[in-house]
Amino acid sequence: MRRLITRFAAFYGSNPLHLLGTVAAWALAGYAVIVLGPHALWNSKVWWQSIAVWFLAAVIGHDLVLFPLYALADRSLTAALAAMRNRRAGPSPRVSPLNYLRVPTLAAGLSLLLFFPGIIQQGKATYSAATGQSQEPFFGRWLLLVAALYGFSALAYATRLAVAGRSRKSIDNQLDTDAHDTNGEI
Amino acid sequence: MHTHRTSAEATGHDHSHSSAAEDGTTEVVYGFPARLWRALERHKPPGMDLLQRWRSPLRGPWLTSVFGSVLLVSLPVVILTGLLSYIAYGPQFGEAIPGDVGWLKLPTFDWPTRPSWLYRLTQGVHVGLGLIIIPVVLAKLWSVIPRLFAWPPLRSIAQLLERLSLLMLVGGILFELATGLLNIQYDYIFGFSFYTAHYYGAWIFIAGFVIHVLIKLPKMVTSLRSQSFRTVLRTSRADTRPEPPDVDGLVAADPAPPTMSRRGALALVGGGALFVAVLTAGQTLGGFSRRAAFLLPRGRNRGTGPDDFQVNRTAAAAAITPADTGADWRLHVRGPSGQMLLSRAALEAMPQHTAELPIACVEGWSTTQTWSGVRLRDLADLVGLSNPARATVRSLERRGAFNHAVLQANQVCNPDSLLALRVNGVDLSFDHGYPARIIVPALPGVHNTKWVRSIEFGHR
Repeated sequence: MRRLITRFAAFYGSNPLHLLGTVAAWALAGYAVIVLGPHALWNSKVWWQSIAVWFLAAVIGHDLVLFPLYALADRSLTAALAAMRNRRAGPSPRVSPLNYLRVPTLAAGLSLLLFFPGIIQQGKATYSAATGQSQEPFFGRWLLLVAALYGFSALAYATRLAVAGRSRKSIDNQLDTDAHDTNGEI
Repeated sequence: MHTHRTSAEATGHDHSHSSAAEDGTTEVVYGFPARLWRALERHKPPGMDLLQRWRSPLRGPWLTSVFGSVLLVSLPVVILTGLLSYIAYGPQFGEAIPGDVGWLKLPTFDWPTRPSWLYRLTQGVHVGLGLIIIPVVLAKLWSVIPRLFAWPPLRSIAQLLERLSLLMLVGGILFELATGLLNIQYDYIFGFSFYTAHYYGAWIFIAGFVIHVLIKLPKMVTSLRSQSFRTVLRTSRADTRPEPPDVDGLVAADPAPPTMSRRGALALVGGGALFVAVLTAGQTLGGFSRRAAFLLPRGRNRGTGPDDFQVNRTAAAAAITPADTGADWRLHVRGPSGQMLLSRAALEAMPQHTAELPIACVEGWSTTQTWSGVRLRDLADLVGLSNPARATVRSLERRGAFNHAVLQANQVCNPDSLLALRVNGVDLSFDHGYPARIIVPALPGVHNTKWVRSIEFGHR
């Protein structure tokens, strides 16, 4: 029996449970499609308003759309900061601004991603039918949020720089004293 | 020849790396047809090397497993509360959407009316937790992206099936998040029925999720044990080192110096979840916290008056005219053995009952108000039914999927189930269902029919 399982694993690439589980999962998904009715997956009038199209878009939505965008943005930011550091003659800043830019940008991006229908006023008619209000305030509110995010980050960075400056100064003083002591000994 | 060598390798592997063998498909051996997989490996498309230059020193099985374990706990809660919502809609009366789902539902039971905040809780958790995990889902997808471009993509039939099942997992979760997000903001740009797509999409996701957990759970546990969480929390950026190289290639071969510690990355994702929580929880919690949900439709205040709480579907949208609800309006109450017409004055002359009850919508928002009006069971008494088994309520609204609702026995007979005439001490406003609306404890919002035209009580 053990030999049989080993041979199966060599042929299939994993243990028999793996095969059973995967087949069961696909059967369940297949059943869901059958109950829905395969015709319901496709909208022949407006192709992009099909469940199938949205599902496939969801499959690639992060890996092939969102990820390249934010990865490119992050690499550009990192490269730009490095270039600035190299070009500047004087000492580089004691604290890298990288994460103080990343965090508010990510938060702004996330809030835009989650709340874009209101921000760009998409679905006006259904929105006002449901709520009796308009989507007008959202864009301004989001801009305020962005302002607050970057503002707080700037404040945090300034504080961090100040703290780093003070501790650098005390380290420098300490080093001076150490050097003095050493000189004295010699 | 190849096959023979492969099986020999596999056997050797089993003995020397028994822990790796548990992971199933991750060993560097080739299943049948090995010749094909090897050929695939040799024919690496140009540019593939470029795509594999992952630099993050933080990626690795431990980090992925931390995100995975958070989702392993939270996603079942989101799934279960979603499936409960289907039951709350009353599939046994054909009131749930989509109508016939075969075996794809929880066992049907009569949705309770106690506690009155039950649906507010389950649906608030469904939507709220679903929103909060979005940063974790994105982080998890980020953490495993090297796998997408790994070469060779396949070494066995097992891997083929496994990778195909990821379509259900990844497509399922992002499809559910996208449709859910659009629905809570009343943006129906997708064109298809939200309820139908979100429900069946959930089952596709469940299939992908369960098989993924079954396959990856041992690896998750092993990876979590590879580092102590406490140590990671004590490690600064300067001391952050890449995880040891792994068979899946999550750990970068040539990592860049860290720009962030691993605890920093965890704080970033956790902070993202907290950020979303702050921006959304107010629509469910209400009160002062509602202001924090300032980017959501239900985070807005309408004013300070007694009927200035959230409206779901305006009178104008429902095409209710003042003529429909004027002095000529009559409530038509019917039972098996009789019927009667009641004016608003007649309803006001009946014993009035007051109850503090939430309206909780499928979009996750809720608002609790003080309603007063006539008990539904008193109305049933009028037509000679002391213990009605059900009631069918119809609205003046001519069109719309929710212009009627069926209430089951416990929903009719609960002493707080009302045909409300007033809210917070004033007459209902037009948008809130004047001249009369239903309010039943723990009933999904849209089934609390507004602008009621008739109520028919039945034995069965």
